[in-house]
Amino acid sequence: MSEAMNVHSGVAAAHAVHHDDHGHHHHEQSFISKYVFSMDHKTIGKQFLITGMVWAIIGGLFSVLFRLQLGYPDQSFPILETFFGNWAKGGQIQPEFYYGLVTMHGTVLVFFVLTAGLSGTFANLLIPLQIGARDMASPFLNMLSYWFFFIAGIVMLASIFVHTGPASGGWTMYPPLSALRQAGEGQKIGTDLWLISMALFIVSSLLGGLNYISTILNMRTKGMSMTRLPLPIWAMFFTAVLGVLSFPVLLSGAILLLFDRNLGTSFYLSDIVINGEILPNEGGSAILYQHLFWFLGHPEVYIILLPAMGMVSEILSVNSRKPIFGYMAMLGSLFAIAILAFLVWAHHMFVTGLNPFLGSVFVLLTLLIAVPSAIKVFNWLTTLWRGNIRFTPATLFAIGFVSLFISGGLTGIFLGNSTIDIHLHDTMFVVAHFHIVMGVASFFGMFAGVYHWFPKMFGRYLNNTLGYMHFWVTMIGAYLIFWPMHYQGLAGIPRRYLDKKGWVSFNQFGELDKMITVVSIIVFAVQLMFVFNFFYSIFKGRKVTTPNPWGANTLEWTTKINPGHGNWEGEIPEVHRWPYDYGKDGREFIPQTEPVGANESKH
Amino acid sequence: MQTFFIVAILALGFLITFQIAKASEYVAVLRGYEKSRKQTNKLNGFMLLAFLILGLIGVYYCNERLKGKILGEPASDHGVLVDRMLYVTLAVTFVVFIITQVALFWFSYKYQESDKRKAFYYPHNNKLELIWTVIPAITLTVLVGFGIFYWFKITGDAPDDAMQVEVVGKQFGWEFRYPGKDGVLGKKYFKNVNPAANNPVGQIWEDRYNHDDVFVEQEMHLVVNKPVKLVIGAKDVIHDVGLAHFRMKMDAVPGTPTTMWFTPKYTTKQMKEKTGNPDFVYEISCDQMCGKGHWSMRGTIIVETQEEFDAWLASKKPQYYVANPDKDPSVKRDSVIASAPLTGAVINR
Repeated sequence: MSEAMNVHSGVAAAHAVHHDDHGHHHHEQSFISKYVFSMDHKTIGKQFLITGMVWAIIGGLFSVLFRLQLGYPDQSFPILETFFGNWAKGGQIQPEFYYGLVTMHGTVLVFFVLTAGLSGTFANLLIPLQIGARDMASPFLNMLSYWFFFIAGIVMLASIFVHTGPASGGWTMYPPLSALRQAGEGQKIGTDLWLISMALFIVSSLLGGLNYISTILNMRTKGMSMTRLPLPIWAMFFTAVLGVLSFPVLLSGAILLLFDRNLGTSFYLSDIVINGEILPNEGGSAILYQHLFWFLGHPEVYIILLPAMGMVSEILSVNSRKPIFGYMAMLGSLFAIAILAFLVWAHHMFVTGLNPFLGSVFVLLTLLIAVPSAIKVFNWLTTLWRGNIRFTPATLFAIGFVSLFISGGLTGIFLGNSTIDIHLHDTMFVVAHFHIVMGVASFFGMFAGVYHWFPKMFGRYLNNTLGYMHFWVTMIGAYLIFWPMHYQGLAGIPRRYLDKKGWVSFNQFGELDKMITVVSIIVFAVQLMFVFNFFYSIFKGRKVTTPNPWGANTLEWTTKINPGHGNWEGEIPEVHRWPYDYGKDGREFIPQTEPVGANESKH
Repeated sequence: MQTFFIVAILALGFLITFQIAKASEYVAVLRGYEKSRKQTNKLNGFMLLAFLILGLIGVYYCNERLKGKILGEPASDHGVLVDRMLYVTLAVTFVVFIITQVALFWFSYKYQESDKRKAFYYPHNNKLELIWTVIPAITLTVLVGFGIFYWFKITGDAPDDAMQVEVVGKQFGWEFRYPGKDGVLGKKYFKNVNPAANNPVGQIWEDRYNHDDVFVEQEMHLVVNKPVKLVIGAKDVIHDVGLAHFRMKMDAVPGTPTTMWFTPKYTTKQMKEKTGNPDFVYEISCDQMCGKGHWSMRGTIIVETQEEFDAWLASKKPQYYVANPDKDPSVKRDSVIASAPLTGAVINR
């Protein structure tokens, strides 16, 4: 350990004076300091990615299980009883198990996969490489960030195996349901573990976020002004700012909830009679938690989405061999989204009895977000226009991202409008909306990033054929699953209903539910194929033979094919131009490191 | 056995796919990577176009299949506003959806890599960007304007002649209280809740407004064309009064009463005819995750004429008399023992 730290302080010193050779120390690292407690941002990025993939499989599997219940509510699956015992008595998923699955699916995918797995991976991998730094501002805090995430994961995993089951109050964990042990099995130790895990996760996220911000602000190489930063870096920057400002609020909400659960306080509790027991608590407000939760919860949506947007911008530009259209507008819209993200949280609460006037303010601010979002979409479209597009798997996923972002963004205009939200709130429409725009779209951004930067991460390519199959099945499947789901919402079917037989108004979609279940199983299987492709290609993939396989301008492609710790062997390159000079003056691409020529046209 | 077969087929399919994928890569390398890459590029370009066309057909087909299954005519005056807003938004977003999706996939197809084309260096155009900032801004302003206008109509004060009903959610069912002849719901306190003593709501018997309040469970009765104001609460955790046919919804929060009002337009009987479904019934669904029985937390509403409603209400005994049979004049006549006139004296508010 200490040896590794000496090496890294050496790295920092070398960075400060901008010279030195770096090849000498790699062979000194032990397995533990190189792959386990690594302080190399690239390794930490890979750790986040692989941990995120494990969680994605778990979270995805949960969704397959509860889709089985939704598609085939009457059928018995004896294999479920084999694996889950009492939770699936008679081969049928029991309600408490169902709600545990739903809750874990949401928590795991929102926080562990699409927050840690997405921005943890790509902020770590790309920030130093694209701004021209040897590592993060604090490699040690960076390592801690991963390990806090890891411990948070262990605690969450443990909660799945406790006797009373995991937390089952929905990923939003609203009290009083989540505050009262009497309210159900999942509200017992499972919820405490959930809260502890989230607290650890927030620590991880803050350590990471502060590191990303300080690295981007302080450690850019010579010539890399803020307006020469590639868009993924800007996106990661705003993501980190959002996280740093909003996660502490969730932490406070979670801690108050822990107090209410364990210390007898009444922050969220008042006037409660549960199972015939009259509780002494008076004067608390259950709605307070919702404000605290959504003050994080809404920025969280953008914490998930912005990195995907940034990477999609980069990948579309590189592969259409054209500059990103409207770089400054892209920046401005990212900034606008980041600001507005903090001012719209109560649109999740239109029907909580919120003051109608306050509601109307939130309607205005919410629909305002559509403006920067529209700018981004039009700019992506114009980036493709008159390009010369190479459909790498990454490009396809980026195009898919734009398509899904349009579809899911437009349904947001329904839900952000409080009048329509009265009808659609907490129905399957909401489920369809956020799965498309936040879930699948961000996953597409993540896949695009993995396919695009895999050569940088491992010096090999992913198998293309599997990549194309992965894209097409996932794209078609995503629409088949979530598009018709909007109709269930329009019919008023509430979320989290595991069986609709007892209802006169909601019982007309049996066939549809079956179709969705079948498709989601297929899509899940294809994700497993991707995971297989990933691990197979790390060891057996086609080797990268050129340092810059995509013909890209950004700095990460100026390193060796398999860069060691410190990234560049000699001096860190100097930057002379913005990263999007593609197709300029008859040249296919002009790397950022190339000085501006005397006769070069201006952009 | 079935499961085993499914797993076996999946594994086999996977193995075959993987072998094909591996082989295709070897072939690509053998034939010259650039050449096969360009072929794949053409294929994917074509697939994107096909996806657009088939996707749009799919959207149409999906709508044909499912449009009859969504709720149909709104059954309340507010519901009409909600639906109107919804269809206006649908029209606007559908136009945007078509334009942008067509552009996305068409550009992808049209501008796929070709040796003949050079990408057009086009970093920005302020005029264009201004246009597509301003147009969405104006469109959204219109939508916000409509939305807020309707929103204030729906959430504004209930008319003075509205009848009141208290709705209380609990794990996992609904309770209702009618104010009786005086039109005022008596006071309640949660520590008074005692179902064993026939006080499920926690009414304060000293409050004389409570004396004619009627308590019922699971089934609420409303009067057609008469505004109703629901006073909503919850006993244990947050629930939500979801009235899909009326297009209304409001959370039931323990400790913080909420309200909503609307006017039912059709009686249950009329809705049976309209929907052609003899089993039709208005349902109350819990729309806020409330525990393991959330999915089955169902209540029903009967909308009827004023006469029918009056007859129904008259058939119900006020909860005060149920809890205190000694006070019940109808009981007192039949019973000799139950005469303790001095206990539980009525205190004025």
